[in-house]
Amino acid sequence: MSYQTVIGLEVHAQLLTNSKMFCGCSTKFGQQPNSSACPVCLGMPGVLPVMNAKAVELALKVALATNCRIAPHSIMARKNYFYPDLPKAYQISQFELPLAEKGWLEIEAAAGPKKIGITRIHMEEDAGKLLHEGVQNGSHVDLNRCGTPLIEIVSEPEISSPEEAKLYMQKLRDILDYLEVCDCNMEEGSLRCDANISLKKPEAKSLGTKAEIKNMNSFRFLQRALEYEEKRQAAELEAGGKIIQETRLWDSNRGITVSMRSKEEAHDYRYFPEPDLVPIEPDPAWVEQIGSVLPELPDAKKQRFIAQYGLPDYDAQLLTGSRALADYYERCAAKFSDYKQVSNWVMGDLAYHLKQDNRGIVNCPISPENLAQLLDLMKRNVISGKIAKTVFEEMYAGGKEPQVIVKEKGLQQVADESAIEKIVDGIIAGNPQAKIDFQAGKQHALGFLVGQVMKASKGKANPQMVNKLLQEKLKA
Amino acid sequence: MAITTKEVEYVARLARLRLSEDEKERITQQLDQTLDYVQQLNQLDTKDVPPTSHVLELKNVWREDQVQPSLPLTETLANAPQSKDEFFVVPKVIEG
Repeated sequence: MSYQTVIGLEVHAQLLTNSKMFCGCSTKFGQQPNSSACPVCLGMPGVLPVMNAKAVELALKVALATNCRIAPHSIMARKNYFYPDLPKAYQISQFELPLAEKGWLEIEAAAGPKKIGITRIHMEEDAGKLLHEGVQNGSHVDLNRCGTPLIEIVSEPEISSPEEAKLYMQKLRDILDYLEVCDCNMEEGSLRCDANISLKKPEAKSLGTKAEIKNMNSFRFLQRALEYEEKRQAAELEAGGKIIQETRLWDSNRGITVSMRSKEEAHDYRYFPEPDLVPIEPDPAWVEQIGSVLPELPDAKKQRFIAQYGLPDYDAQLLTGSRALADYYERCAAKFSDYKQVSNWVMGDLAYHLKQDNRGIVNCPISPENLAQLLDLMKRNVISGKIAKTVFEEMYAGGKEPQVIVKEKGLQQVADESAIEKIVDGIIAGNPQAKIDFQAGKQHALGFLVGQVMKASKGKANPQMVNKLLQEKLKA
Repeated sequence: MAITTKEVEYVARLARLRLSEDEKERITQQLDQTLDYVQQLNQLDTKDVPPTSHVLELKNVWREDQVQPSLPLTETLANAPQSKDEFFVVPKVIEG
């Protein structure tokens, strides 16, 4: 029997503010444990939280970029539960009247573009961190993260496959990255994702019982966890069993999801309006101003790359995958007008080297201007394509300008016909069999001889000239 | 009766309160009286009154995104029943 898969995602993104959501403690990552805490975020009695205006601004940016309706009146709420990483025993969040609702974003699904609805975006504070490893007789608590501003972006259950879930998550990541509201590091947890997944028969009107999957800290794990869960639920239903509504953890080592027994007890969070924080009613002029300075978003940039640079869809998609990469490409394209060539090098050699070193484009040792200069040297036949690769390696290793490397190493292409002719004569004389083969119509003999000449010239001979001279002399 | 002992037990568990049988009975009665009293409000017609979340006529109270000094570690940990080095220590919490 076949089932339809129904997935909804809840994405948490840490907002890039300097200070916490309700107090002045720093949000910097990697500080000494418990050194960034104060009476407000420690939940001491009698303190008064005050909303960080920047957190609201960043949340509004995301709401606008995802086509949400911004609530004219929104309130904070207390979500009550006990956990050692939550010193107040409640999280300040939003329940009724979230900051924004009813948005959407578009993904490139297998059958074409597909809009995925966004139910709501609300603001809330992060909790602290529990550490278990290497701790005997207890757990350690670090409250530095406590009170860091988050937004939670809840999708409609309109995602129909694990693949689509990954695409949705990537698109959201791209938007958050472009907006510069989140550093989007899934491994470090600044971008987190939980998924609700259920199966139903095509003719069923209502949704099946869902499981909530947590702990998927990469795009790949998100897709794999959902693929596993899809199969698990289908097998359960096929066997006549029932899906239990529960929270399951993705175990990436074993490639399975595991029931989280500790959370089986039904939650009753007893939300109520946070009396210490007053309602948020964003001034329309403020919202308009935020909207007017939104950066170009991934979809728009991709379309512009196709139109402005004449790039294939594939290139435009990859190059606009992050704002930093797109900026790098544009700075290079501003100096070298063979745009496809720029794309080939950025996506090819450059991306390969960065990946090898696990480096981001922002830490690229070659400036886009220097890359453009290298391509220019190649275009003007100062160096051959093969030599360009060597120069590129040098640039990557040492950060020098291409002209300097070419000069220092004497890598200029030899386009002096008499000099090349000399080498060509020598190679033909040394390989009489190749000449006979060529005259017998064996084309590969020409390739062999070109290779020999290039080798003898240490790659510096102009390949077109070598080709031409060889053909002339072999036919003679 | 507006409230049952079962509901009192449920709320007590959410609040991590351990109540004796005597306390359960007493609290059930007290809560019942309290709720009864509050029921009087239901006599009012609130059809056209929007829900009140805050009694003050205030909105949009912000602070600028500026880092202020945090507490010294010794003060942060001063009231902890148990601490080690720079951490609070709590009974072992295991997920899964």
